[in-house]
Amino acid sequence: MSLSMPRRARPESSVPPLPLLGCRVRAGFPSPADDHLDTELDLHAHVVKRPSATYFVRAEGDSMRGDGIHHGDLLVVDRSLEPRPGRVVIVALEGELTVKRLEQRETGPCLVASHPGFPPIPLAGRDCRVWGVVTHVVHALPGAR
Amino acid sequence: MIALVDCNNFYVSCERVFAPALEGRPVGVLSNNDGCVVARSEELKALGIAMGAPVHLIPPALRRQCTLLSSNYALYGDMSRRVNEVLESLAPAVEPYSIDESFLDLSGFGPLEAEALAREIRERVRRETGIPVSVGLAPTRVLAKLANRLAKHGGGVRYLAAQAPVTRALLEALPVAELWGVARRSAERLTVLGIDNAWSLRQAEPTRIRRALSVVMERIVWELRGHGAIVMDDLDAPRRHLLVSRSLGRPTAAAHELHEALRQHVARAGEKLRRQGSLAQAVRVVLRTAPFQVGRGAYHSAALVTLPTPSDDTRELLRAARQALAAVYREGYRYQKCGVMLMGLAEAGAPQERLLAEESAETVRRRRLMATLDRVNRELGRDTVRLGLPRHDSGWALRCANRSDRYTTRWDELLRVHA
Repeated sequence: MSLSMPRRARPESSVPPLPLLGCRVRAGFPSPADDHLDTELDLHAHVVKRPSATYFVRAEGDSMRGDGIHHGDLLVVDRSLEPRPGRVVIVALEGELTVKRLEQRETGPCLVASHPGFPPIPLAGRDCRVWGVVTHVVHALPGAR
Repeated sequence: MIALVDCNNFYVSCERVFAPALEGRPVGVLSNNDGCVVARSEELKALGIAMGAPVHLIPPALRRQCTLLSSNYALYGDMSRRVNEVLESLAPAVEPYSIDESFLDLSGFGPLEAEALAREIRERVRRETGIPVSVGLAPTRVLAKLANRLAKHGGGVRYLAAQAPVTRALLEALPVAELWGVARRSAERLTVLGIDNAWSLRQAEPTRIRRALSVVMERIVWELRGHGAIVMDDLDAPRRHLLVSRSLGRPTAAAHELHEALRQHVARAGEKLRRQGSLAQAVRVVLRTAPFQVGRGAYHSAALVTLPTPSDDTRELLRAARQALAAVYREGYRYQKCGVMLMGLAEAGAPQERLLAEESAETVRRRRLMATLDRVNRELGRDTVRLGLPRHDSGWALRCANRSDRYTTRWDELLRVHA
């Protein structure tokens, strides 16, 4: 099998500098501006930590209902994150893109759905590449649009 | 130290990121109007399909084995932005040269440090964008371009020293015409002077080269020797994309100042376009603030406008550019940089596209064209050249029968994944 999980090269440098607003840790020199600096809250900046590596994709199907992913939902995918076990990932499995949770079991790594009726997919012996890590789900409620 | 980062088979690589099933298969991307092959995967090259091959001349049996896609400029433009953003996060000075190539100024880096950085760049770009890149390292741009060619053939990263037996062997085997920045006509003139390979050009007397050819050619001699001499605008070899991007004199929030900068960039890009005898298919505008701004956050956005017909008319390019600027401009930010990229350049050798474009140009030019057309047909026989006039009422559009979705710039064309 060829599961590619490259290590993250320089974790510190992968987060772009953002204004430190409402920082909880008050170590060292207190910032006098902190209490005065209010800005428009930017949801995009909140969700998208690394723009160059972030992609939006559309989920099709119901196998991930247990993780709050419904058919038609918008997924925020960060390709710079490491695909650790427990994370919901997009993988190219034999050429098909699919979203599942990555788990490490006794038998080896496998892709797990969060809906009964979808058995785990063991990765041993399959052509599988991690495409990115899903960080957020945008789900429109009925009647919202 | 200079690094040249070049995306491998860029268009095809972009397509593969969003269609992993294309991995390992022969894939090509077609020019405007699906006319000829402008990008090839290694597998397609192996099938013997040449760069620029007209699609209708590819034998059907061969064509069935390949996936031939229409160009998706919106996707390539956005992926190019992502690659450059990763480069900017890793390297001190990034100078985009074309849609798929950027120079990095690594002044002060030794070969070992530079190679380590190059490997990190490769890994990070691959991981964050899915695009494979090769990195050439050398003391000058001209040598970095050569180093990049070596890197493509193995390892992905290559350093080329100015004084090394391997460099000499490489230059001796390289015809001057294949050297970056040497146009065919210049190569012919060099041959007359007895200079036919890159090594003999390097050994030539620089002042003699300047007198016989040009200042730019003299600079190439210095570059081959390992002394940096090239300024970006020196090299006007025909390209598939034209990029004009500058920092604004001072950061500005004023729309009229951005419009003025845009006007200048488009004028410059239009001049270059006409000088190389090409037509542009799309105009992309990039607008950005400084990476970090107190209080307001950074803003960086780009928009692409496809022209109704390919054009080299500055006024049409500007109209498209203004439309793109209006789409990306947000009030309240102070912008630092504004760039224009002309994309999908059609070579002047694509007569149909040229004729289509002239239709909307000035009456005078159109009349001149008609006169030429009439003469060609008179001398070479009727219907040698015909006008493919677009009918405005039919909403003439470029043929792009097999274009992939614009995965990163359209909400209704996002990548779909099985859940």
